[in-house]
Amino acid sequence: MDNLLSITTFIPAIAAAILAIFLRGEDETAQRNAKWVALIATSLTFFVSLFILFQFDPADTGFQFVEERDWLLGLKYKVGVDGISVLFVLLTTFIMPLTIAASWGVTNRVKEYMIAFLILETLMIGVFVALDLVLFYLFFEAGLIPMFLIIGIWGGKARIYASFKFFLYTFLGSVLMLVAMVAMFAEAGTTDIPTLMKHEFAFETFSVLGVQIVGGMQTLLFLAFFASFAVKMPMWPVHTWLPDAHVQAPTAGSVVLAAILLKMGGYGFLRFSLPMFPVGADVLTPLVLWMSAIAIVYTSLVALVQTDMKKLIAYSSVAHMGFVTMGIFAANQQGIDGAIFQMISHGFISGALFLCVGVIYDRMHTREIEAYGGLVIRMPAYALIFMLFTMANVGLPGTSGFVGEFLTLLGAFQVNTWVAAVATTGVILSAAYALWLYRRVVLGDLIKESLKSITDMTRREKAIFAPFVVMTLLLGVYPSLVTDIIGPSVEALISNYDTALAEAETSSRFAAASQ
Amino acid sequence: MQADLNVILPEIVLSVYAIVALLGAAYTGKDRMAGMLIWLTAALMTVLAIWIGTTGDSTRTAFDGMFNDDGFARFAKVTILLSAAAVLVLGQEYMARRDLLRFEYPLLIALAAVGMMMMVSAGDLMALYMGLELQSLALYVVASLRRDSAKSTEAGLKYFVLGALSSGLLLYGASLTYGYAGTTLFSGIIEAADGRAPIGLLIGLVFVLAGLAFKVSAVPFHMWTPDVYEGAPTPITAFFATAPKVAAMGLFARVVHDAFGGVVADWQQVIAVLSLLSMFLGAIAAIGQTDIKRLMAYSSIAHMGYALMGLASGTVFGVQAMLIYMAIYVTMNIGTFAFILSMERDNRPVTDIASLNMYSRAHPGRALAMLILMFSLAGVPPLLGFFGKLYVLRAAYEGGLAWLAVAGVIASVIGAFYYLRIVFYMYFGEEREPLETGRSPVQWGFLMASAAIMLLGIINMFGVETMAQAAAATLVN
Repeated sequence: MDNLLSITTFIPAIAAAILAIFLRGEDETAQRNAKWVALIATSLTFFVSLFILFQFDPADTGFQFVEERDWLLGLKYKVGVDGISVLFVLLTTFIMPLTIAASWGVTNRVKEYMIAFLILETLMIGVFVALDLVLFYLFFEAGLIPMFLIIGIWGGKARIYASFKFFLYTFLGSVLMLVAMVAMFAEAGTTDIPTLMKHEFAFETFSVLGVQIVGGMQTLLFLAFFASFAVKMPMWPVHTWLPDAHVQAPTAGSVVLAAILLKMGGYGFLRFSLPMFPVGADVLTPLVLWMSAIAIVYTSLVALVQTDMKKLIAYSSVAHMGFVTMGIFAANQQGIDGAIFQMISHGFISGALFLCVGVIYDRMHTREIEAYGGLVIRMPAYALIFMLFTMANVGLPGTSGFVGEFLTLLGAFQVNTWVAAVATTGVILSAAYALWLYRRVVLGDLIKESLKSITDMTRREKAIFAPFVVMTLLLGVYPSLVTDIIGPSVEALISNYDTALAEAETSSRFAAASQ
Repeated sequence: MQADLNVILPEIVLSVYAIVALLGAAYTGKDRMAGMLIWLTAALMTVLAIWIGTTGDSTRTAFDGMFNDDGFARFAKVTILLSAAAVLVLGQEYMARRDLLRFEYPLLIALAAVGMMMMVSAGDLMALYMGLELQSLALYVVASLRRDSAKSTEAGLKYFVLGALSSGLLLYGASLTYGYAGTTLFSGIIEAADGRAPIGLLIGLVFVLAGLAFKVSAVPFHMWTPDVYEGAPTPITAFFATAPKVAAMGLFARVVHDAFGGVVADWQQVIAVLSLLSMFLGAIAAIGQTDIKRLMAYSSIAHMGYALMGLASGTVFGVQAMLIYMAIYVTMNIGTFAFILSMERDNRPVTDIASLNMYSRAHPGRALAMLILMFSLAGVPPLLGFFGKLYVLRAAYEGGLAWLAVAGVIASVIGAFYYLRIVFYMYFGEEREPLETGRSPVQWGFLMASAAIMLLGIINMFGVETMAQAAAATLVN
C-alpha cells in the first residue's frame, strides 16, 4: 500500500462525512448508530496504523511512507513519518477509540459530538504526518475548530469563556508562525520540510530599530515558531488557557487535549525549531531551559492549592510538559529521547487521569476535591487504578512516568546543572500534590452522605482503562520499545544540529577574522 | 471604429439591453415584469460572463488606448458579472415578498455592471471617471430603493453626498495629474512618472488614491459603509458587498500599475497604510456590533484591508493575490448574505445577531454551512478564506512589507472574535424565540454551494489560481 498514511489520516474524516450525510434523527437508535460508527472508524484507524508501525524501519533515519502530490501556490501535499513522528501517530490512533468509548454516556447532540471527534482525529494525525509547511499549519490550526466546538457545546458551566480563550490564545500564537512560514517560503523557495531541514537560514546578526538580534533571521523565525509551540505546549507563562480549557471541556475533550494536542508543541520543536533554526535555538536555549525549570516548580506549586481535580491535573500537565521542553532543549540523546518518551507516556498517564476524574464526575457531577473522600470503601477497583496512575504521574520507577523524567533530567544535567537541580525539586512537588489528591479523594473514611451509594466502575469503564494500564506498565519496565524506534532518528537530529552549530561558529569566526 | 466597437461589444450588449428593457417595461407591465426582468438580467450577465471568460486570450485596446480588454479586465469582469447575477437571483424572493420589486432595480444593477466593466477596463482618466460615475449613480438610487423608509433614504443620501465628495477628490487628483503629465491616458502618465515623478503628479496620485479608497471603503474613507449597509434593503447590501468591491479593487490595481507603475515606492506606502488601518478598524469596530449587516460592513472593511495588502506589494504576484482574495471574498459574502436574507421572524426580516440563538438545533445543515463560512471569513484553515490570506501575506512579505504581514495576522486574530461570536450564538446559546428561515430554495442553494466551495476549493481552487496568474501578468509589465 503506497498511501498508508493518507488512508490512516482520512478514515475518520470519511466516517465523519458518512455520519453527517446519512445519519438522521436524534432518537436513541440514531445516537447508538453514531457511537458505533465512530468507534468502528477509530478502531479501524488504529488497526491500519499498526501496519505503519510494523512496516516502519527504525534504522532508516529519513522519512518513510512518503506520498507527494502537487497542490496550490507551489505547495505540495506531502506526508511521511520518521522515528520522531511515527509514535505520535500511533499514540493518536490508540487514544481515540478509547475516548470514543469513554463518551458512551453522552446524550446531547451525539451525532455532532462524534463528527467533531472524528474530524479532530484526522487533523491530529495530519499534524504528525505532514511534510509540507503549509499542510502542517493547515492541520495544526484546523484542529482548533472542532476543539472550540467540543468545549463550547459539551463543556461545563464556564464553557463559553474557556472556548473563546482557548481559540483566540492559540490562534494568536499560531499566526506569527504563519508569517514565519511565509518568510521561509520566500527565502528558501520551498515549503518541503525535508528540504527545509537541510536549508541554512541566515544567521548574521543584524539590528531592527536599534535592537541587536543575535542569530539574525534564525532567531526571529525561531521566536515566531516558539510563540506558537510554547502556547500549544503550553509553557509558563503562556499556559493560562489550559486550566480553563481542561476544566470546562467534557472528559473526552480533556483526554484528547492532554494526551495528544499538547504533544503538537513538543513535536513542533523537534520537527522545526531544532533542525531548521539551530543557531536561533542555540541562542535562546538558556531562556527556554529556565522557562521550563520555572514552569515545573511554579505550576507544581499552583497544582498544590487547587480545589478542582481537573484543574490540578491540568497544572500537573503543564509541569510535565516542562520536563519535555527541558529535555528537547538539552539537545542531547538522553534529553530528546526522554522528551519524546515523556510525551508518549504523559499521553497515557494524563489521559487516564482525566478519565479517572470523569468516572467519578459522571456519578457525582462535581469535580471539587472537597466533595469526595473514602472512595476506596465503595470503589476498590477504582482506587487501585487511580493509585496506579497517581504513582505513574509522580514518576514511580516501574511506571512509564519515571523513565521520561529521569532521562530528561539526565539530559539537562549535562547542559545546565542548575536547571536540572531546580527541575528535580519539581519531582518532589509532584509527589506532594498527587499523593495529597489521592489521600483526599480516595482514602480516609467515607463520611459524605452523598457518596454512600456510589457504585464501582462498570465493566465498560474497566475495559477502557485496561489498555492504559498495560501501556503505562509496559513502557515503565521495557522502555526500549520506544527508544529503539526513536533512537536513530534522534541521533541523526542531534548530529545535524551539532554540525550546523559548528559550521555556523566557524563561518562567523571567519567573518569576524576577515573584517 | 468597427474594431473599437468589437472590443466593447459585451458592454454594448448589456447597455442596450438595459435601455430597451427600461423602455419596454415602462410602457407595458411596469413592476409586474420585475421578477421576470431579474431572471432575464441575471441570465444575460451569466451568458456575458461565460462569453468574456471563454473568448480571446489576447490583449486588445480600443479608442486609442482609452479602453483595455486584457486578461486582467476579463478576470475582473467575469467575477463582477457572476456575483452581480448571483446577488440579483438571491434577493428576488426577499424583494417580492416585501413589495420592493421595482422593475428599475435589475436594470439599474445592469447599468451599474456596465459601469464596473468600464472601470476595470479603463485606460484613461476620463474613461475611469465615466465608469465610476455610471456605477455610483446607479448605486445611489438602489441604496434608497425603499422610498418610504427613513433609514433607506438616509443611506442613499449619505452615500450620495460622500460619494460626490470622493468623486470631487478623484477629479481634483485627475486634473492635477493631467496638468503635470500633459495627458489623461494611462500610457502617457506612466511615461511622465517613470522612476521619479514631479511633486504635482504625486499630489494628484494621492488624491486619486483617496477617491478610490472611498470606493473600496478603506479606512479612513470608510464612514459611509456601516450606515449604508444597514440602511439599504438587504439584497442591495449584498450587492454592495460584492461586485462593486471587485470593480473598485480592479480599478485600484489598474490605476496604480498602468498609470503609476513607474513610481511603485510612492504609492506602496500609501496603500500599506490604508491596508493597515482598514484591517485593524474592521477587526476592532465590528466587535461591538449587534446587527449582522453592520457587522458585515466592518468585516468587508477588514477584508478590503487584506486585499490592499496584496496590492501594496507592488508585484505581479501581489495583483494575483489580490484577485484571488477578491474572488474568494465575493464567494464567501454571497453565501453569508444568502443566509442573512433568509433570516426572518413573523415575516419580518431580522438582523439582530442574538436572534441566531441555538439556530443549529433547528437547522443543523444551514448552521453548519454558516459555521464554515464564518471560519472561512476569519481565515482559519483548512477553509478557502485561509488561502486568500496566505496569498496576500506571501505577496506582502515578498514586496518587503513583512511588518504589514505581521500586523495583518494580528488583526485577523482580533477579527476572529466576532466571527466566533456568531458561531457562539448558533451553537452555544440557549434556546429562545426560534428564527424562521428557509422559504427560498435559491437562498439555501447559494448558502450551501458557497460553503461547499470553501471546503472543496482547497483541493485545487477550481483553477482560479492559474487564471488569476495569467490575469495579473497582463496588468503588470
